[in-house]
Amino acid sequence: MSGATEQGAESFERAIERDQRIEPRDWMPDAYRGTMVRQIAQHAHSEIIGMQPEGAWITRAPSLRRKAILLAKVQDEAGHGLYLYSAAETLGADRADLTDKLISGRQKYSSIFNYPTLTFADVGVIGWLVDGAAICNQVPLCRTSYGPYARAMIRICKEESFHQRQGYELLMTMMRGTPEQREMVQDAVDRWWWPSLMMFGPPDAESANTAQSMAWKIKRHTNDELRQRFVDMTVPQAEALGVRLPDPELRWNPERGHHDFGEVDWAEFRRVVGGGGPCNAERIAVRRAAHEEGAWVREAAAAYAAKQAARRDAEQGREGEAA
Amino acid sequence: MSHTSDNALHAIIEATGDLGFRDPLAGVDSRLPEGAAPADLAAYCLMLGDDALVMSHRLQQWCTRAPELEEEVALANIALDLLGQARLLLSRAAQIRNGAGDAGRGTAEGAAAGRWDEDRLAFFRDAAGFRNVRFAEAPHDDFAHAMVRLLVFSAWRLALLDRLSSSRDPVLAAVAAKGVKEVAYHRDHAAGWTVRLGDGTELSHLRAQRAWDAVLPEAAELLHVHEVEGRLAAAGVAADPSTARGELEDVLARVAEAATLRHRPPGRAPDGGTGRYGVHTPELDSLLAELQEVARAHPEATW
Repeated sequence: MSGATEQGAESFERAIERDQRIEPRDWMPDAYRGTMVRQIAQHAHSEIIGMQPEGAWITRAPSLRRKAILLAKVQDEAGHGLYLYSAAETLGADRADLTDKLISGRQKYSSIFNYPTLTFADVGVIGWLVDGAAICNQVPLCRTSYGPYARAMIRICKEESFHQRQGYELLMTMMRGTPEQREMVQDAVDRWWWPSLMMFGPPDAESANTAQSMAWKIKRHTNDELRQRFVDMTVPQAEALGVRLPDPELRWNPERGHHDFGEVDWAEFRRVVGGGGPCNAERIAVRRAAHEEGAWVREAAAAYAAKQAARRDAEQGREGEAA
Repeated sequence: MSHTSDNALHAIIEATGDLGFRDPLAGVDSRLPEGAAPADLAAYCLMLGDDALVMSHRLQQWCTRAPELEEEVALANIALDLLGQARLLLSRAAQIRNGAGDAGRGTAEGAAAGRWDEDRLAFFRDAAGFRNVRFAEAPHDDFAHAMVRLLVFSAWRLALLDRLSSSRDPVLAAVAAKGVKEVAYHRDHAAGWTVRLGDGTELSHLRAQRAWDAVLPEAAELLHVHEVEGRLAAAGVAADPSTARGELEDVLARVAEAATLRHRPPGRAPDGGTGRYGVHTPELDSLLAELQEVARAHPEATW
């Protein structure tokens, strides 16, 4: 270690110790930088891929108010993706490179988006359960050790919580509607409950990255802690809504002060993470098609910008000669 | 059972209002202007409302397909603005139909029970009941096509809204005052892209020219004056589309020049038989099949 590196390492450790934020120009271990880039990129990819399952319902939304809400929500997700990619760029990553990694399958996104949205009730359930689980995961990230990521998460969490309320309100409205609508809601809850629990990642005993991420204060709680928090938060919401959560083992445990719940199907989790979910191929294909079909537009914008710069230079050159 | 006390939980359960996008006409003066037949005013609100609804739908179809993420945000934003305008205008049409009573009489829709509202107008009319210009209903072949169509549509609509901000109908005036700012941005956004594509690469120039050549001949429809528009314009309530020609031609000529595109101004307006009379292309049928699919599958449902 050189003197400068040693000094950098010391001040990094001290900052982590004191719960201070690491900023882009600060020295940081390569492994910390790599972990942060990977996590932020996966998060950004999740926002962008996550536009698809709900985006598919915008043109078919059954009321103009729901259409406006959904359109605004999916627009927010594109915005979240944008500022997360920017946060990754503060660490030296490049958006185009991260996009390549996404569409070539070298970087992952949240597996929840590999499940299909079969009815309009799925829009509400995604808002309630998927955004709800995302909020449980993300609220602690507002205090994560990397400054730009933590600041991005504050804004994202505010918007996510709005989306969650909108989703829940849609379900409330549907549950007050026709018997058919109530069935649609229950069916969607049945399909999304277990995948939502998988959003917290593998059990602590099998989570390879948790210990290091906790030590660096990137993560503040373990996967199982967050999963428990989500279950405890969601059970009374399900009761208020009048839906059944599809887990016969789910019950309040007064000794623990928490709900007990059944075992997640981890084989399914690994299958979907590994690319074998119902929509993995389709999600990537849509993203890849948009990227490839848009290439000529991005090239045009770059060519036009270059021409404009050349014209400005020529103009200044002439002014220089005249002077 | 309530074992979990959590502020977020209470917030979510108690949340009913304040989630946005409710009652489009709340707080707007809804008196009818003198000298305008309510049926005319309702029909006119449908025309401008359907234009916005249908154009918004075409832009919504870009969602997750845009050439870059910034453009996802921009296109959604424009679609959302137009959807907002559509909701105000359809709500106004519904309000007048409900109050004026006879505007919808004599039609199958009018005979149906119940009151009109924005959703009944959007989801339970067939293509022949829609009054949007055909120009708005065409699918977008590619991004150049989308931007050229949006440019022409916005330049034209901006000219109309500009006139409508002094309409004697308070609702139209309020919609226009807000819409002018929105649509000016839409026009500038589309103009910016048309120039970048036209003066970008060889390929983008070809595609921009092809889009320009395909879209511009359709623009003449926008300048046709339906008799409802004529009567309401005379009463100081509506904008006469034929008066928008100068502004439209000026914008198009300037953009075409900056974009290095060959340009021919829009031709003579057709005499009739346009979208304003309910005469549409088959593309509107497929658009409505998508727009109305879920609502019509559950006619008794509340959303």
